[in-house]
Amino acid sequence: MSAPSKVIRRATAGTTESPWVRWTLITVALLFMLLFLVLPLAAVAAEALRKGLGAFIEALKEPDAWSAIELTLITAAIAVPLNLVFGVAAAWAIAKYEFRGKAFLTTLVDLPFAVSPVVAGLIYVLVFGAQGWFGPWLAAHDIKIIFAVPGIVLATVFVTFPFIARELIPLMQAQGSDEEQAAIVLGATGWQTFWRVTLPNIKWGLLYGVILCNARAMGEFGAVSVVSGHIRGQTNTIPLHVEVLYNEYQSVAAFACASLLAILALVTLVIKSVIEWRHEREMKAIAELPPERPPAA
Amino acid sequence: MSSVVSTALPSPAAPLSHAGAPRASRRVLPGFNLTLGYTVLYLSLIVLVPLSALVFKTFTLTWEQFWTAVSAPRVVHSYKLTFGASLIAALVNLVFGLLVAWVLVRYKFPGKRIVDALVDLPFALPTAVAGISLTALLAGNGWIGQFLEPHGIKLAFTPAGIVIALIFIGLPFVVRTVQPVLEDTEKELEEAATSLGATRLQTFTKVIFPSIAPALLTGFAMAFARAIGEYGSVIFIAGNMPMVSEITPLIIIGKLEQYDYAGATAVALVMLFFSFVLLLVINGLQAWQRRRSGGV
Repeated sequence: MSAPSKVIRRATAGTTESPWVRWTLITVALLFMLLFLVLPLAAVAAEALRKGLGAFIEALKEPDAWSAIELTLITAAIAVPLNLVFGVAAAWAIAKYEFRGKAFLTTLVDLPFAVSPVVAGLIYVLVFGAQGWFGPWLAAHDIKIIFAVPGIVLATVFVTFPFIARELIPLMQAQGSDEEQAAIVLGATGWQTFWRVTLPNIKWGLLYGVILCNARAMGEFGAVSVVSGHIRGQTNTIPLHVEVLYNEYQSVAAFACASLLAILALVTLVIKSVIEWRHEREMKAIAELPPERPPAA
Repeated sequence: MSSVVSTALPSPAAPLSHAGAPRASRRVLPGFNLTLGYTVLYLSLIVLVPLSALVFKTFTLTWEQFWTAVSAPRVVHSYKLTFGASLIAALVNLVFGLLVAWVLVRYKFPGKRIVDALVDLPFALPTAVAGISLTALLAGNGWIGQFLEPHGIKLAFTPAGIVIALIFIGLPFVVRTVQPVLEDTEKELEEAATSLGATRLQTFTKVIFPSIAPALLTGFAMAFARAIGEYGSVIFIAGNMPMVSEITPLIIIGKLEQYDYAGATAVALVMLFFSFVLLLVINGLQAWQRRRSGGV
């Protein structure tokens, strides 16, 4: 009786650490997370409510805060769908076909992740700014892009460019294209195949990418800061409005607006986790399915 | 035999899709021209053409003008600060990111799922918010600063504060690249090592570590690359004193505010160059990682 249990004990001893090592590592990791992740989050709430709930609500009722919220929502409402369409198209092209330069194209899709947000803003100033390529033409036609809403949208599209494509490319590569080919062979059109076969397969990955893309679109600071011109009530998104308030020493108001973004971040994390847990359950359910055929005995 | 099959499954299935479908799908699946055409067009309009403006604008400078702009003492100091702080932060993340990933994959403890979800906070929390809240924490009257300042330790408005902000934004990169690889490592190998007489530490350094090293390096490089370009979280906490705590992205902003577009562009081109190099390094590391996990 005792022999097998001893063997099992030895086997687990080979793949884990003694309890005190384990708990030391867990404690250190959790302390690090507490210090670097939880405390900053708690500080936002504490600073926003420093002068009570009344002051917090007053700060959010400011018309400038409202216009910042509005602009942030508009920006995300344009940038996210644009990158969604691009992400699906790019993933379809890259995952379903072989062509020359594919690896290079994939690297280029990732490029905006590597570029500093400040540089991202700068390049649009160089193209559309008063001294840029199209500056004189735009001025002659009375179109404002830089220091106006279109510039903010463009800069946001740039920094959130790869999010959805990056989520979808590995997913669609892993799924292969057997199901789509079957649909086509059975007489479905390309669009039917996409809507009825591909989309149901990628919906969670798609949602995941959209959530992350949206969080970044609403929270982008550096790139937007360069092209915005910081016109109060006109070209300030929430993050820029936070900066303005903070620099004016309106700490409570700054943190009140910041808390909106912190809530957005938390909601993003919750949705993301729910998607991941669902996916995990689905994978587990598939793994637990009985084998289709009894193994040949 | 069966273990060979099971190792091939959890690794990313990229080799699978290369093996079977491609040639046939090119003929069967419609939409290649449409999707590739749109991808290239959109990529060009949003990314490539604007980025090329940076290069063309730099060409309007003479070599001397370019060199003066990118090698002024204040600018050179900002490179040192940006790269130095990014390197320290990425190293800290290398150690603690591995620790967090290890704890999340290998151990069970209460609240694990919440901790796991929280790792992504720096991805989701806007950088400006991170910047002001870290500053509030570390300033002389903040929750943490009030205990440090009496001992002469100043973190806010110093280069040390920059490092802390960069640790915050870089952490998920290391955790999220190491975690899946650590999940895929096989316990059988560790059992074999133990049964052959290896201590736990030997098993870690000789069996586990080599298999996660490429992922760890990838995460490190990503955290480093992100830190170099970071602006939002840093400017609040840095104090932004020229020659002391002024990062390179802020130099670009400063030049723009003085309408020195050419100077801003020159410095931006230097940053862009390093971004490219790091992107290529990261791509190389990821290819190494794939070969490693595909070829076990």
